[in-house]
Amino acid sequence: MNELNRLLLSGDEAIALAARHAGVALGVGYPGTPSTEILEVFSEQGGHAQWSPNEKVALEVAIGAAFGGARALATMKHVGLNVASDPLFTAAYTGVSGALVIVSADDPGMASSQNEQDNRRYAVAAGIPMLEPSDSQEAYDFTLAAIEISERWRIPVLLRATTRVCHSYTVVHPAPAIVAPKPANFERDIKSRVMIPAYARVAHRKLRQKLAEMQEWNESCSLNQVVRGSPVLGIIASGISFMHAREVAPDASFLKLGFTHPLPMKKIQEFFNSVQRCLVLEEGDPYLVEAIRAAGFRVEGKADMYRFGELDVPRVRRILDYDLTPEPAKPPGRPPQLCDACQYRVVFEALRKKDCIVAGDIGCYTLGVLQPFEAIDSCVCMGASLGVGLGLRHVLPAEQARRVVSVIGDSTFVHSGISGLVEMVYNPPPNGHVLIILDNATTAMTGHQEHPGTGRKLNHEPANRLVLEDLARAVGVRRVHVIEPRAGSGEFDRLLTECLASNELAVIIARRPCILIAKQLKQYEQQRCECDAPQAVAAVAAAVAG
Amino acid sequence: MSHQVTNVVVAGLGGQGVLKGTDILADAALRAGFDVKKSEIKGMSQRGGSVTGDVRFGARVFSPMVPQAEADFLLVLEPTQIDPNRYLLRPGGVLITPDAVNADLLPHKRTLNVALLGALSARLPMSEELWLTALRAGFDESFFEGNRKAFLIGRSSLSGA
Repeated sequence: MNELNRLLLSGDEAIALAARHAGVALGVGYPGTPSTEILEVFSEQGGHAQWSPNEKVALEVAIGAAFGGARALATMKHVGLNVASDPLFTAAYTGVSGALVIVSADDPGMASSQNEQDNRRYAVAAGIPMLEPSDSQEAYDFTLAAIEISERWRIPVLLRATTRVCHSYTVVHPAPAIVAPKPANFERDIKSRVMIPAYARVAHRKLRQKLAEMQEWNESCSLNQVVRGSPVLGIIASGISFMHAREVAPDASFLKLGFTHPLPMKKIQEFFNSVQRCLVLEEGDPYLVEAIRAAGFRVEGKADMYRFGELDVPRVRRILDYDLTPEPAKPPGRPPQLCDACQYRVVFEALRKKDCIVAGDIGCYTLGVLQPFEAIDSCVCMGASLGVGLGLRHVLPAEQARRVVSVIGDSTFVHSGISGLVEMVYNPPPNGHVLIILDNATTAMTGHQEHPGTGRKLNHEPANRLVLEDLARAVGVRRVHVIEPRAGSGEFDRLLTECLASNELAVIIARRPCILIAKQLKQYEQQRCECDAPQAVAAVAAAVAG
Repeated sequence: MSHQVTNVVVAGLGGQGVLKGTDILADAALRAGFDVKKSEIKGMSQRGGSVTGDVRFGARVFSPMVPQAEADFLLVLEPTQIDPNRYLLRPGGVLITPDAVNADLLPHKRTLNVALLGALSARLPMSEELWLTALRAGFDESFFEGNRKAFLIGRSSLSGA
């Protein structure tokens, strides 16, 4: 990338490179800012990477790979771990035979997310070890350390990064030599992996034992560093907060925590006793400060006003100065909007015109909430448009219920809309319901990733294609329409009117590839043709040459 | 501390090459042997919203973000984005706007980002050769000639200032 052995990498790239260097056999995930690039880069570097329909499936695939003795990586954004939390909690019990590293890319400040949940809480709740890098070098090193810890204690490890770590570029020196993985091999271990209550009770005790051992190891491991400065001010920090703090208080003493669950309390106590003022500086939830206070050390935390949004140098300065005055508002930039030529503009104009009550979902099309459309009434989480729309239909007076529509994108539908569609058929509202799937043949918002409905794999090579209209019919929807939304034709308006008036269940698939990938799609299609019919292509080439 | 670190913010709208510009700048600084950090917020920016990218370089850089009112240089690719980003510039800092170069001379209007980098380069310690190496590495080879031209137009526009 740059000069040898001195690379300028984003945190995401550094994680991918470390995974590649460590011989990770399988990387799986679902696209989500700021985690998406990890698997893309891992694949570009020659790694075996796959997009799963959603994070739950991705984590399960990774668990399987790690049961098989391989090194596996599962990547997702913070809210993705909510979806994957079911396997997460029990994988902590089963443990793994190879290595399992789960990357949670949190988004404090919500650069591109619907909430700013702090997934460090998951490490505590599930009982798994957690590492928090603060720059790309650590993203690289901690990925390797996570693999080592995972193999040593046979447990999944949470690698928790944040937007600033994932998307900032800092200098990385890759490791010279890494212990190669063992070959994958199935070893039967029924009592560890079949979580019936009798075995799970034992597994839970074993998990707590592992955590106690890891805590002891953490007291002296190199993932935490002490920077000795003046004893007047001591700062305990993790993640990006450490970098801001070192800039603001270059003379202070620091305990920089990299291995943040289970916490090295003896080390923390020692540091606490060595300084006069001890401040815990962390972005988001008061996770560290609460844990350290609960252990009996009266550390200072940040004021509640700094819990919201990202930290940066000016905010850290304010925290150190006990400044509680209102922060200066940043001048507003231009908000994002639906592209001028976006085909979904036609859909949102129609929804607006009919005064529909729109249960929306997560993706580009969430921008339909902004001017000039203001045509989305709810957006909760991936797939929620189905359930929310149905709930509204069930309780609203008929005049309102008839105007309720669920709107979801193609990738989001595959992610977690399918079970909502089954719910729609199983528990149909009295006046039916209308689901619009906005199918632009890509996962557009996160930067155009493939999904099962595009018929291409993560690396854009051909794959089996999930046909949305066939799926809708197979589930039992009789009224399934596929339409290309075109400006000025009025066709979409008429179809929507007809479906709303039918009092039946209807699925409208508004299909047209995202204009931003029109060129790439042509290339992929060409490659596919060449791949499917090499002889035909050769014949055409010969004819042209002739 | 901040006087040892050079802070540059590049601002514009999604699709203008803001992030490409910060890539080139960071690469040139890296090649010159500096510690470098580059920070950007992607995501919604793809849809034509405001984008800014921060590059910091020096002997040792900690935070990847340029603190407000500490940018030594603010490069703005789009006139409407000047006012919203002005608060980032330190007192006495240098603002470089599209006016810095004569757009009619550029080989292509998409090379504005590179031309403004050229204007910036005249004020930074990296050699012209390093900049051109970074430009060559950062784009497809077929764009190099156009970019080199744009860069040099920018570089000469400000060198006398």
